[in-house]
Amino acid sequence: MTYTAHLEYVLRLGDSALILGQRLSEWCGHAPVLEEELALANVALDLIGQSRLLLTHAGRLEAARRDEDQLAFLRPDHQYRNLTLVELPNGDFGRTVLRNFLFTAFQRPVWEALVSSCDTELAAIAEKSLKETRYHLRHSAEWVVRLGDGTDESHARMQSALDYLWPYTTEFFTEDAVDDQVAAAALGVAWPELQPAWEASVHPVLTEAALAIPARTAFRSRGKAGGHSEHLGHLLAEMQHLQRACPGAQW
Amino acid sequence: MLTEAQAWEVLQQVPDPELPAVSVCELGIVREVHAMPNGVKVVVTPTYSGCPATEMIEAVIREALRDAGASSVMVETRLSPAWTSDWVSSEGRAKLRTHGIAPPESTGNEQLQPLRFVPSAPSCPRCGARTTTRLSEFGSTACKALYRCERCREPFEYFKPI
Repeated sequence: MTYTAHLEYVLRLGDSALILGQRLSEWCGHAPVLEEELALANVALDLIGQSRLLLTHAGRLEAARRDEDQLAFLRPDHQYRNLTLVELPNGDFGRTVLRNFLFTAFQRPVWEALVSSCDTELAAIAEKSLKETRYHLRHSAEWVVRLGDGTDESHARMQSALDYLWPYTTEFFTEDAVDDQVAAAALGVAWPELQPAWEASVHPVLTEAALAIPARTAFRSRGKAGGHSEHLGHLLAEMQHLQRACPGAQW
Repeated sequence: MLTEAQAWEVLQQVPDPELPAVSVCELGIVREVHAMPNGVKVVVTPTYSGCPATEMIEAVIREALRDAGASSVMVETRLSPAWTSDWVSSEGRAKLRTHGIAPPESTGNEQLQPLRFVPSAPSCPRCGARTTTRLSEFGSTACKALYRCERCREPFEYFKPI
């Protein structure tokens, strides 16, 4: 299946929000304290809400005109366009909030730029999502510092979480034709351009958290181009089970 | 046949499903009402993307207007300009406070500083003290945070500025 660059771009945003929302939902009933249970569920709801708007929009951009549910529940993993980072298993609470931090620090400049997209629907979604992303970013940044600059145990866990997650953030900024075409058409911003803004918000927080920023390596994940880790299939198996078993089920 | 003024009057009485103390108009969710030849058209702007009450709000608006005699009700969702807590009316703010929920402060020029950005603390809706502490950034619904008053020691919810 080939998507237009415009559609690819919207799917990258919508799928990343959906998959992270699904991952965060796994914390329901398991978070370390009640307040964080509520926080993670609220963040997950916002992300799933954002993905609903984005996938509905994506469906209108494709010939098949699928709706949000068909796109979410009936696509196999290689048709998903989310960043690989968001499909990785949650790990412990520290890794979960660190991933939220790395990802929402990326979402923020994306939304800021998309507010002036010539795709007015995308601009409206960005304007709305930006407000929510600010809360998500503040919540996760505070935890990163508290745990990173915390006890020996929490520091060690956060450093190992950062070492694990960091290589996947390279994918945010790898160039490709989708970005180029979308930027040329003024539909969206090319993601590589956002790296300075992302680093400007991420590095000070990691430093404050007493965490060593890992060196960049040659590793490239490629989820946004449809090449996923082994984890996405398992996530989708659970998320899509009902619609696969009982197609079109509603309640 | 409902006039626009009558439709507004009906909607003023429609409570928000999750904050029944205030109406959907007082929350600033209802943006426009138009009398159409065959019914009423209502333009709504949802609060949070993740607010589970969004669909419920549409349903209660339809039901209320139909009960009031509108032959058909069209609800249009408008995302831009994005909903802001600055749209909560002064009546809405007073009612929130009466029900133990601190109304949202003005969003003003909210900075995007991720760290150590503690927004000005809301005053206690019960005793009015300014010395309050945030217990949790996220409360029982997407739109609220949890605080505690350091004077009367009562916990309370704060309608977040967004």
